[in-house]
Amino acid sequence: MSAAHDHHHGPAKGISRWLFTTNHKDIGSMYLWFSFAMFLLGGTFALVIRAELFQPGLQFVEPNFFNQMTTMHGLIMVFGAVMPAFVGLANWMIPLMIGAPDMALPRMNNWSFWILPFAFAMMVSTLFMEGGGPNFGWTFYAPLSTTYGPPSTTFFIFAVHILGASSIMGAINVIATILNMRAPGMTLMKMPLFVWTWLITAYLLIAVMPVLAGVVTMMLFDIHFGTAFFDAAGGGDPVLFQHLFWFFGHPEVYIMILPAFGIISAIIPTFARKRLFGYDSMVYATASIAFLSFIVWAHHMFTVGMPLAGQLFFMYATMLIAVPTGVKVFNWVATMFRGSMTFETPMLFAIAFVVLFTIGGFTGVMLAITPVDFQYHDTYFVVAHFHYVLVPGAVFSIMAATYYWLPKWTGYMYDETLGKLHFWLSFIGVNILFFPQHFLGLAGMPRRIPDYALQFADFNWISSVGGFLFGFSQLILLFVIIKCVRGGKKATAQVWEGAQGLEWTVPSPAPYHTFETPPDPTLIKAQ
Amino acid sequence: MLSKAKLWLGLALSTLMFWSAGLHAAWELNMPRGVTQMSRDTYGLHMTIFWWVVAIGIVVFGAMLWSIIHHRKSKGAKPATFHESTKVEIVWTLIPFAILIMMAIPATRVLTDAYDTTGSELDIQITGYQWRWEYTYLRENMDEEEVSFFSILSTSREEISNAIEKSENYLLDVDKPLVIPTDTRVRFLMTSADVIHAWWVPDFAIKKDTIPGFINETWVVVEEPGIYRGQCAELCGIEHGFMPIVVHALPPEEYQAWYAEQQQAAAEIRELASAEMSMEDAMAQGEQIYNQNCVACHQANGQGMPPVFPAVAGSDKATGDRLITMDTLVNGVPGTAMAAYGRQLNPIQLAAVITYVRNAFGNDTGDLVQPTEVNAYIQEGQ
Repeated sequence: MSAAHDHHHGPAKGISRWLFTTNHKDIGSMYLWFSFAMFLLGGTFALVIRAELFQPGLQFVEPNFFNQMTTMHGLIMVFGAVMPAFVGLANWMIPLMIGAPDMALPRMNNWSFWILPFAFAMMVSTLFMEGGGPNFGWTFYAPLSTTYGPPSTTFFIFAVHILGASSIMGAINVIATILNMRAPGMTLMKMPLFVWTWLITAYLLIAVMPVLAGVVTMMLFDIHFGTAFFDAAGGGDPVLFQHLFWFFGHPEVYIMILPAFGIISAIIPTFARKRLFGYDSMVYATASIAFLSFIVWAHHMFTVGMPLAGQLFFMYATMLIAVPTGVKVFNWVATMFRGSMTFETPMLFAIAFVVLFTIGGFTGVMLAITPVDFQYHDTYFVVAHFHYVLVPGAVFSIMAATYYWLPKWTGYMYDETLGKLHFWLSFIGVNILFFPQHFLGLAGMPRRIPDYALQFADFNWISSVGGFLFGFSQLILLFVIIKCVRGGKKATAQVWEGAQGLEWTVPSPAPYHTFETPPDPTLIKAQ
Repeated sequence: MLSKAKLWLGLALSTLMFWSAGLHAAWELNMPRGVTQMSRDTYGLHMTIFWWVVAIGIVVFGAMLWSIIHHRKSKGAKPATFHESTKVEIVWTLIPFAILIMMAIPATRVLTDAYDTTGSELDIQITGYQWRWEYTYLRENMDEEEVSFFSILSTSREEISNAIEKSENYLLDVDKPLVIPTDTRVRFLMTSADVIHAWWVPDFAIKKDTIPGFINETWVVVEEPGIYRGQCAELCGIEHGFMPIVVHALPPEEYQAWYAEQQQAAAEIRELASAEMSMEDAMAQGEQIYNQNCVACHQANGQGMPPVFPAVAGSDKATGDRLITMDTLVNGVPGTAMAAYGRQLNPIQLAAVITYVRNAFGNDTGDLVQPTEVNAYIQEGQ
């Protein structure tokens, strides 16, 4: 009797609830709040960059600080904003979607979150150290980051180690949960696509995070222990660094987009009131993209002087990625086709995702064409390309997910008017921000420069205006979330008319403990 | 919060109208066609793939827009129930695949051509340094005078700090451009003395990394005489944005005349290096060299940016034994950003800048170092 009673306890009181929690919902919320804080910090760094680039000449910052801003902006957005946001969504939603009571490894779950704030505190503190923080770009190419790096590089390396450990633990947890804790009747091919994409993402993480740890360890040895892995003068090879980095870095790109595909595959059917078109092909396309992600890394290095055969291989393999990615986009459009659509905020973000991510995909195909890549490489064209897939791509999907599941998390409906305002300002802002960067790159503006020739002045000020518009619009999102947490119209369990899946069978807000007994198998339908 | 965003936007909009009024309006939207066969091939591929993606975009976004307009609940649309079709999936897998093959064939041809570095009529070695380029014309006969020089940003610091109006080729001007003949197959051999840089001239469609310990090759045949500008494309440290590339392409006869002139100048410098220099000359030239080469790290006041870039003012290396100053300048400091200037500057320039750092920023050794002394020091080292 008392044992049964214990199972129904609520959250602990005070700060210890958050420090010691093993509850997937609490940990998910912490990941999401942390990610949002990092998003604002990384965004602030981006605004420093856009302010300096508002007009030619040096106005606000020194070139060295500018380089620290570009570096930190990249590191924080990739490792601090996008990745933890997806882990937070995974924590919240995967157990709810597969009918599991919690994540498989709850204590490790707590640890993988709580080491993150320490890693980022260390990384950001390098900005205040003598000699400044990392100033060699988020890709930290050797020997600029080793022989020529600032003294704080060692702290950066340690922070990356911790982030890697956190990611690996998170990934192990996701795999263990999905493979072991699905409710009876939840076969693999009935899992929501968000669960599928996360399962594949988790394998990518486990495969490549150790490579990142290896490469930063080699840097550490080059800096402190007299090795010469990347030092040509000692018989080492600076290009080896890039091969190792991008063997991690390219799958990393998909780590940041596959869960987004899962989210969009949940939202579009809901608001089109029609089943997802081509579920099976979506699963196979995701797996194909994951496989291809391991054999295309050197397309980031077309200008290092690889042999012709290598260039051709990586060009063909990269072009192939367009095929499964295309299948996904076509399936989403086919889902919308002859549906019965409404356009609440999550759907608006999802549609914008499909359009703008596809534009990023188009420039991706252009970049795959090696001889043309010689012109695009390391210019603002590349900056525009990866920001299109990451901001209106990954980040919009996270925002879509936030609006979509916020009523389930808080029990209240968010303010739809403010949500739509946030969407439209973000949508307009992001395009003013990044679209002109295509033109800048084609006209010849290199990336990572604090000052530029006069012919680049016009599109740069436009881009900066868009940057500030997009940046400050995100405060609306913060306001909407706080308002929704504090109250509003009560949400039903179903929340959205067309929503399918187990998460909509539990009340809103989702109780602290859900699916302590497996759900009724008849509730589990093909997606 | 909203009003704050609006205020910022309003401020930004009103100020940018004012600022941009004095600047060149340049709304260039596309890649340059360039002045080589390779750059035109590249441009052609770029436009082909561009029109392909535009066409696919029209179809995909068109279908989406159609659905959004017609299949909305507010118009009474009832959802259909279809949700899979293997046939359709196969079709939209094969069509993109076929388009990609059509793109891959010309791309392979152009890439193979770009990699064919045989048959060069002139070889030039390009070496990247933080933050300048060195151009060395490779000789057939080692008895000939060697033509080799550094090419450094010539835009003034005052322009960069907005103290004076910016010139037309702001940040894209160098003290000494690379000169090449037109209608001649020129091969570039590229390497670096420190970090990775990338040598990029858009009009040639050449972008290649210069990597320490490696030699990369590429080639060009420029068809039109003219001045072509580019920039370093790989982040290479603080002054990455300030190492432009300028290439003068001259008709072959003019190029030959220029080359002969350079050989003669090189011979003259060797002669001059044996002459005495006055203190005023040394300090004046030294200051100029300091401002071109040293100021980025050691700063205009000689205070540096410790701990990465130490101060020159009051430093042991500048005020102690002159041999130590000479060693630092000639051989650099391994494992730091301090480059070896023994090759980058000629003995006259080295003597001038050594004299300068030993007598500027409050350093008062009173020493005058002569080119002959530096030359002797370099010869000894070898």
